[in-house]
Amino acid sequence: MERSRRSFLKIAGISVLGVGAKPLADALAAGQGSKTGPDPRALPAKRWAMVVDLKKPCPDNCRDCFEACHKTHNVPSMPNPKDEVKWIWSESFPHAFPGQEHDFLDEALKKHPVIVLCNHCDNPPCVRVCPTKATFKREDGIVMMDYHRCIGCRFCMAGCPFGARSLNWRDPRPFIKEVNKEFPTRTRGVVEKCNFCEERLAKGKRPACVEACKEKVLFFGDLEDAESEVRKILKVRTAIRRKPQLGTMPQVYYLV
Amino acid sequence: MYNAEKIIIGLVVFVALMTFPFWYNAGRAAVAPELVLPEKERECVESTPFMRAKHMELIDDWRHAVVREGQRIYVGLGGKKFDMSLQNTCMSCHNQKDKFCDRCHTYVAVSPNCWSCHLEPKEMR
Repeated sequence: MERSRRSFLKIAGISVLGVGAKPLADALAAGQGSKTGPDPRALPAKRWAMVVDLKKPCPDNCRDCFEACHKTHNVPSMPNPKDEVKWIWSESFPHAFPGQEHDFLDEALKKHPVIVLCNHCDNPPCVRVCPTKATFKREDGIVMMDYHRCIGCRFCMAGCPFGARSLNWRDPRPFIKEVNKEFPTRTRGVVEKCNFCEERLAKGKRPACVEACKEKVLFFGDLEDAESEVRKILKVRTAIRRKPQLGTMPQVYYLV
Repeated sequence: MYNAEKIIIGLVVFVALMTFPFWYNAGRAAVAPELVLPEKERECVESTPFMRAKHMELIDDWRHAVVREGQRIYVGLGGKKFDMSLQNTCMSCHNQKDKFCDRCHTYVAVSPNCWSCHLEPKEMR
């Protein structure tokens, strides 16, 4: 009796192992062959950042960076300024850096407009307030939008202290001058902003604005890489950031 | 039953009207949509039965991988690599949306909202 119970348990144990083996092997096999991967051309970085040189004033009426950006990303030019969609634009120094202006400011800073864009903050308030997680921060620091998820609630616009976000109050398509066929447009009721050209970085290209700038006013690179363009220039020049007192830790630096 | 006659006639008329679509169309199958397949490519990223049944799930997975995970390459049938992009990859072969996507979608009465943002080939041309 005792013997047969013992052998019964042995056989039962082996059977359970045998039955369980196949699903286990299947699960392991499924986990192995991932069907997706990054583009091998993608530029790697731990923390993307931009540097804007305020001491190198842009030539009058140069809009190369704005136009390159707007053309690349199908940004509409709305006839009514209330409907304006902004990715990269310019502000006067006092508006870009409130509290840092004074009567005896350097003439060059006083006169020339400041190029502003989404700061891709390290502590982005837009990400915290987004109820659908449509806005999120990537591991490389880019604050990105998933337009598919945006419900147009505009909490992020209220949260952003830099005015870097715009709602599409109306269908933007009729107002796009020249359509880039490789990039989607947006639709009515969706918020949009600068994406640091993540779609170009994924293909090994630098941001469109940086590439378009002939005057070398804009620099772009990885802050974690001591040999990068941005780190080298930040080492030798003094840089300020927009509204640092708010603690959002902007990652667009302005050389003064 | 009071007013049995009227009630029964009423019921018969009601049932006849409610089932009208069924007996009116009985024995007549609607014509299945005919799709125009791409000329230059014979193979999609996955097998035809898979694509027919699961293209929506595949596209949804692509969207998630590209937007949220930064993965842009898809390894398809026979290890062939594709850029995961509806606008640039799918529509470069299926360049007649009205004769491919729309025909089935109209037939089964679904209206995916891809095209409110993604550019369809007509606009691309």
